[in-house]
Amino acid sequence: MQVELHDIHKTFGPVYANKGLTLVVPSGMIQGILGENGAGKSTLMKILSGFIQADRGEIILNGKQVVIKSPADAIKHGIGMLHQDPLDFPPMQILDNFLIGHSGGIFPQKIKAKREFLNLAKEFGFSLDPNNYVDALTVGERQQLEIMRLLWLGVDVLILDEPTTGISAEQKKKLFETLRKLAAGGKTIIFVSHKLEDVGDLCARVAVLREGELVGSMEPPFDNEKLVEMMFGKVIVQPQLQTIKPGECVLEMRDVAIEDYRLKMSEINLEAYAGEVIGLAGMEGSGQSLFLKACAGLLRPVGGAVYVHNENMTGKVYRSFLQRGVAYLPASRLEEGLVPGLTLSEHFCLADGNTGFFIDRKQNLALTNTRIKDFNIHGLATTPVESLSGGNQQRALLALLKDKLSLILLEHPTRGLDIESAIYIWRKLKARCNDGTAIIFISSDLEEVLNYSDRILVFFSGRVSRPIRADKTNVEELGELIGGRGWTKLAT
Amino acid sequence: MLQKQTSRWVNLGFQFLAILVALAFTTLLLVLSGAPPIQAYKELILGAFGSIDNVSNVLIAWAPLLITTAGLLVTFAAGLWNIGIEGQITLGAIFTTWVLRSFENSSLSPTMIIILSIVAGMFGGMLWASLVGVLKTFGGVNEIFGGLGLNFIASTLVLYLIYGPWRRPGVASLSGTEIFPNRLWLPSISNLGISPWAFALGILGILIIYFFLRGTYIGLKLKAIGKNIRSAHTLGIPTWQYMMLSFMICGLFAGLTGALQVTNVYHRLLPYITSGYGFLGLLVAMLINYQAIWVAPITLFYVALNVGSVQLPIALKLDSNLSGVLQGFLVLFVLLMEGVRQKLTRKV
Repeated sequence: MQVELHDIHKTFGPVYANKGLTLVVPSGMIQGILGENGAGKSTLMKILSGFIQADRGEIILNGKQVVIKSPADAIKHGIGMLHQDPLDFPPMQILDNFLIGHSGGIFPQKIKAKREFLNLAKEFGFSLDPNNYVDALTVGERQQLEIMRLLWLGVDVLILDEPTTGISAEQKKKLFETLRKLAAGGKTIIFVSHKLEDVGDLCARVAVLREGELVGSMEPPFDNEKLVEMMFGKVIVQPQLQTIKPGECVLEMRDVAIEDYRLKMSEINLEAYAGEVIGLAGMEGSGQSLFLKACAGLLRPVGGAVYVHNENMTGKVYRSFLQRGVAYLPASRLEEGLVPGLTLSEHFCLADGNTGFFIDRKQNLALTNTRIKDFNIHGLATTPVESLSGGNQQRALLALLKDKLSLILLEHPTRGLDIESAIYIWRKLKARCNDGTAIIFISSDLEEVLNYSDRILVFFSGRVSRPIRADKTNVEELGELIGGRGWTKLAT
Repeated sequence: MLQKQTSRWVNLGFQFLAILVALAFTTLLLVLSGAPPIQAYKELILGAFGSIDNVSNVLIAWAPLLITTAGLLVTFAAGLWNIGIEGQITLGAIFTTWVLRSFENSSLSPTMIIILSIVAGMFGGMLWASLVGVLKTFGGVNEIFGGLGLNFIASTLVLYLIYGPWRRPGVASLSGTEIFPNRLWLPSISNLGISPWAFALGILGILIIYFFLRGTYIGLKLKAIGKNIRSAHTLGIPTWQYMMLSFMICGLFAGLTGALQVTNVYHRLLPYITSGYGFLGLLVAMLINYQAIWVAPITLFYVALNVGSVQLPIALKLDSNLSGVLQGFLVLFVLLMEGVRQKLTRKV
């Protein structure tokens, strides 16, 4: 189906999200849409898929002008969207989830649906058990389920919003294969991303958005430098980061065993030294989050001992760890890190660890303004945190950290951030290392792990590798380890 | 800035509309039941403010409701639904009665006894509230269910005391325990019944809560817990301890309410000693969207409605619950209008 968007305008309050965007995607094309956060990619896609309505502009499908009022409407017109966080129902069985949105009378025809589910899965080479539960799936598998569901509903246009975030290299390969197959079959694919390499691998054409406007379009061969320049309006130079000589041991794990209802890990040994960065690589849900939580005292180990500065902290609560200079920055910023509804200054007030009774507003405001300036947060002291953009929220989280820390634990520190913000965050983190702080972080971006770590731990379904020196490995080796290959070689 | 101000006026407009709709519905109800609405509203207003006596009655009832609502703001700030507030008021009343009874014939000065009884009442309320907290923290019982259960136990306990160990000599009846002698009443302005002390405690209570929630670290931490308990935990706030604290503070205020009901209003223990102020307080707190600044005027308005409607059965043979109907409608329509406003303004 040929999709045409003409002169789309959309504002949120005073902010222009889309400023007269025009885009024509012929049927059977894989169209990439590139842009940094806040460039208006998601808004445009949400307009096309009926989640929000444009203030002005036309949508034309196969030459016919349509009005899309809701996501259900979009599906009726043959447009389906795969969201960055899959919109599925974790407590449900896969087959039931598959049936959702399908209009087929009061009683769903489960047997027929199951047959068609299995056929679709076979066609694309997905191995999903329809009787399993959704919450047992990885992000990548949930994407596969959602793609199958949308195709079964009969969509001709598939929109994917940052689909390669949080899935493994293997799953990404499979996803791209599937998308190419679909495009060859005449479906129109719109692929939204801020990752150059993904867009370059997959797309037949790329449109670049900046500040709500279409600033350029390119067909292969892609010139990455040019694309980056279009995205940011300037050339970005990746800074060279020097490694720091590690100091004393700040964290030691001795034969630690941890488990949750899915994973069991044992005999974990690690010594982290002041000033070093340790990257945790692995597919989502391979145990790295559990490991990080155990480092923070948010998860009680079932065996072994955890030492912070040679003090046995096994079984102590997170607050005790915090008091000894261990800080934890979760991936879901608004759910686990910041308090929506409170302002920036109230956050600094909470994090400051004051022991007085009455709040010293003057001092608090001064502190807030200094931090806002130091960390380049685009917001005021009175701005509620939920109205900050993702990058600013992440910077705010960093700004909330105490001045003197021994260890910072981060989950996906740059997920969803544009390159500029990511570089900024790492500059701040490396400055911490210079002051003798150790950093342990999780990332599903192997480049990031390799670029910033001194040592790397690889996780694969509950197994933890020995620390690998970052300068002695490469993306290929890490990729294999993450996929579960090459472990015997590593052990020797 | 300009935009902020217009939205504030829009807000006020919607709230005003809510009051109008609530009045319209109440009027409709009056017409349907065959009563002259204008007359009824007139009686309502006269009943509340028609004479010095009536005004004094309004003020007597104001202090306890004010204090209860102030206390509830603390639990609401921490995101907790302290449905158990009624039981906490009841326990306050029981503890106060207990101290008054125990020292009634002692050599302690009456002032001392009254002070002691009020402190005991506050302690009683706090105790009952911390039970809700303990059940929640260590037993995993949601505070709504725990509070509801403890409310039942508290009201049963009152009945047991009135019919059992504390019954009046000779007769045991729903009219409660023996009335305390005059000297054990909270000192009041001559023959009006209104006590400057109760009044002062009410004002002091809401002022304390206002500044507590606005300007202290504890208040801010409670708010953080109420808005997002997981982030609060990550920020290093000891969450369950603070939730416990908020229950205890609310319990203190509820206990004080019970103590005033005994020492200033009824001078004895009654089966329905709370006068429903706990639930009314919850209603008011929701109505004002948990803003401390509105507690005093709105509670005053509510008790005026309550007291004013006492006249209705006599003057118009109407049920005095009319005020309850109006109060309920008000909360419903204010909440409804808030929903409508959000829906409409989002489109703009």
